Amino acid sequence: MSAPLLTVKDLRTYFYPGGGKVARSVDGVSFHINEGETVGIVGESGCGKSVTALSIMRLIRAPGRVEAGSKIEFDGKDLVTLDDDSMRRIRGNRIAMIFQEPMSALNPVFSVGDQIAEVARIHAGASRRDAWKKAVEMLALTGIPAPDQRAKQYPHQLSGGMRQRVLIAMALVMNPALIIADEPTTALDVTIQAQILELLRDVQQKFGTAVLLITHDLGVIAEMTKRVIVMYGGEVVEETSTPDLFTSAHHPYSEGLLHAMPRVGDKRERLNVIPGTVPPPTAWPSGCRFRDRCKYSWERTEHEHPPLYEIGPGHVSRCHLADEPERRKDPHKPLVARRSIDAS
Amino acid sequence: MTTSAREPRKTARDGEPLLSVRNLTKAFASRKRLFRKAEVVYAVNDVSFDVHDGETLAIVGESGCGKTTTGRSILRLIEPTSGEIKFAGQDVAALKGSALRKMRREMQIIFQDPFSSLNPRMTVGAIIREGMLIHGLATRAEAEKRAGDLLEEVGLRAEYASRYPHEFSGGQRQRIGVARALSVQPRLIICDEPVSALDVSVQAQVINLLQDLQRDRNLTYIFIAHDLSVVEHIADRVAVMYLGKIVELAESEALFSQPLMPYTQALLSAAPVPDPARTRDRIVLQGDVPSPANLPTGCVFHPRCHHPARDEACAKIVPPLEEKETGHFVACIKQPPTMVDWAQQQSAGGTKPPERYLPLAALSPSHRSEGVQS
Repeated sequence: MSAPLLTVKDLRTYFYPGGGKVARSVDGVSFHINEGETVGIVGESGCGKSVTALSIMRLIRAPGRVEAGSKIEFDGKDLVTLDDDSMRRIRGNRIAMIFQEPMSALNPVFSVGDQIAEVARIHAGASRRDAWKKAVEMLALTGIPAPDQRAKQYPHQLSGGMRQRVLIAMALVMNPALIIADEPTTALDVTIQAQILELLRDVQQKFGTAVLLITHDLGVIAEMTKRVIVMYGGEVVEETSTPDLFTSAHHPYSEGLLHAMPRVGDKRERLNVIPGTVPPPTAWPSGCRFRDRCKYSWERTEHEHPPLYEIGPGHVSRCHLADEPERRKDPHKPLVARRSIDAS
Repeated sequence: MTTSAREPRKTARDGEPLLSVRNLTKAFASRKRLFRKAEVVYAVNDVSFDVHDGETLAIVGESGCGKTTTGRSILRLIEPTSGEIKFAGQDVAALKGSALRKMRREMQIIFQDPFSSLNPRMTVGAIIREGMLIHGLATRAEAEKRAGDLLEEVGLRAEYASRYPHEFSGGQRQRIGVARALSVQPRLIICDEPVSALDVSVQAQVINLLQDLQRDRNLTYIFIAHDLSVVEHIADRVAVMYLGKIVELAESEALFSQPLMPYTQALLSAAPVPDPARTRDRIVLQGDVPSPANLPTGCVFHPRCHHPARDEACAKIVPPLEEKETGHFVACIKQPPTMVDWAQQQSAGGTKPPERYLPLAALSPSHRSEGVQS
C-alpha cells in the first residue's frame, strides 16, 4: 500500500487567551487518511474535532497556535512548517473544506457563481469566461436545477440546502484530493441532509476524493464512513472500522455515546446517560480524561494517562481496560454522579 | 380510560381534553412594497388537535413547517389570526388581564436555546423565583426555599441559586429552564426543541429528566421537535406538520410502524440510522420545501410526493385530514379509505385510483417487521 494521503502526527493546538489558562483544545492527535477514503471524526462539543480540521487547513488564528513538534504531512510536505504561499496553493486546490453554516461561509455581496469562479481563477488562472463556465458546470454537478440562473443569485436567495450545494461545488472546482467536511449537514433539515449526504457520496465515488467527515451524529458516521475516530478531551480515544465501533466499541466513552442515543425503532423506557459534562480544555483531568464520568474508573485511571492500546487489527482504544479487562465486570457509579446529583 | 400500549402512565383520553385547538391559523403579512401587494404567509394553516391530560403530544416537522408558531400561539405569545384554543374548558383567545395571567401560569414553555432564554443579569434563584412572586404563589422566603427544592428536583444543587446562568453548561441551563417552568406548578408544558441544542450525552439526561417529572407530577407535554428518534422515545402521539398543516396525526406506535402520509414516510426514511450493517432504499425527496408565501395548490406536498398514485387530482383537491384507521389521521387522498371518492378525483383530473402505499423497505428494519405484522 502506498503512503497515506494525509498523516497527522502528535498534533497539538493550544489557545492562549490573555490572562486566562491555556486551553489545550487538541492535545496529541494522530491519524491518517488514505487516498479516496472516507474517515469520520465523531465527538461532542469541545472534544477538539473542529480545531483539528482548522489546524490541517492552517486556519488557526491567534491566540491559538499549532505547537512545535506537531506534524501534518500531505503530499510529502509538512503543512505545519510550509510557507504561506505554498499553503495557499494547497488550500482550496488540493484540500478543500466545507463548513457547517453555509450562510457564514459565503460572501453575501457576491453572486454564488462569482464565488465559485473565483476558485478557478485563483488556482487555475482561468479566464473570467472559462471560470464562469466552470462555476455553472459545478453547480449542475451538485444537482442544482437551472444552474446558469442560480449562478447569478446571491447567497440570501438560496435555501440552506442549496447553499450547502454551492459550498460543495466550490470545494470541487479544483478536484481536490481531500475534502474536509465539518458538520456539513448539522444545520440542515433531515430530508435535505439526506440529499446532501447522497451528493457527497456520489462525489466521493465519482472523483475518488478522500473525505474527512467531522460530525457529532453517529447516524451520519454509520452511513458515510468506513473508518472512524472518536475524540474526547482533545485526544483520540478510539479508532476502528465503522462496523466495529457499532458492534464492539471498546472505550467506555464510545460505548456511552452509542447507548445515550435514542434510535428510531427503539422503545426503551429510559435512555442511558453519560453523567456530567465534558471538562473544559483549560483543565483536563490528570490520568484518563474521561475517568470522572466513567463507570469503570479505578485508582490507576487517576494517575496514569492511558496510551492508545491495540485492541485488534486497526482498532485502538485509550483505556486501561485493555490492560485489565476484568474491570469491565465491575461497573460502579461514576465519580461525578457520586460527587453531586448534577446528572442522575 | 384507555392507556397507551407502551406507557402504563394514566392518561385521560376519554374525558374532556386538557387542551383543544380548532382551526388555528396564523398569517403573517409581509411589508408592502411599491407596486407590489403585501404577501400573506400562512405559518399555521387550519390546524386542529387535542391534548389529553398526562400525555405527550409531539409536533414534528422541518424548519418553517409552523410547529413553533403553533406552540407559541397556544400560549398567546403570538396572537393567532383565527381559530379556537380551549384550555381546561376555557377559551384562551378570549382571556384578558388577570385571567390570561392565571392561564399562563398553568401553561409554561421551555425554549430551545438555553443560552438566550435565561436573563444573564439575574441569578438562577431570581429566575426561578420570579414566576412564583408575580403570580403571588409564595412569599419571598417561601419562594427562596422552593427555588432550592426545584433545583434539586431537576438534578442541580440548591446552592446554585446564587449563581448566574453563564456559569452553567448548556445541559445545566436547560435544567434551570425546566425548574423555572415548574415553579408555577403548570399542568401543560410546551417544550420547544428542548434538547436539539444539546450534545447527545447531555440530551439523554434532559430527556430522562422530562420523563421523570411527567411521571411524578402528572404533567402534560407538547413536545416540538425535528428529531424523530427523540420523538419516538418520548411521545404518546405524534402530529407531523408540513407547510403549516398537520398532514398526519397518530399514536406514536402507529405512526412509526405504519406511516401513511408520503411525507412522513420520507422523513422517517431520511433519518440517518446508526447501524452500518443496514442498507435500505432511501426515499430522497427532490427539491426544497416550497415557500410558504407561494403554496402549491391542492395537497401542499404534491410537488415532492413519491406516492405512485400521485396525479392531477393531488394538485387540485385539498386533502382533508381524515381518519384512515382508528386514531390514525392522514391528509392524503391517495391512501384509502378516503371520503374524496374516485369519481370526485377523476373529475379533478385524477388518472390513478387510490392505493395503499407503504414502502417498508425504505423505512428502518424495526418498522419493516412491525409493519408486516399489522
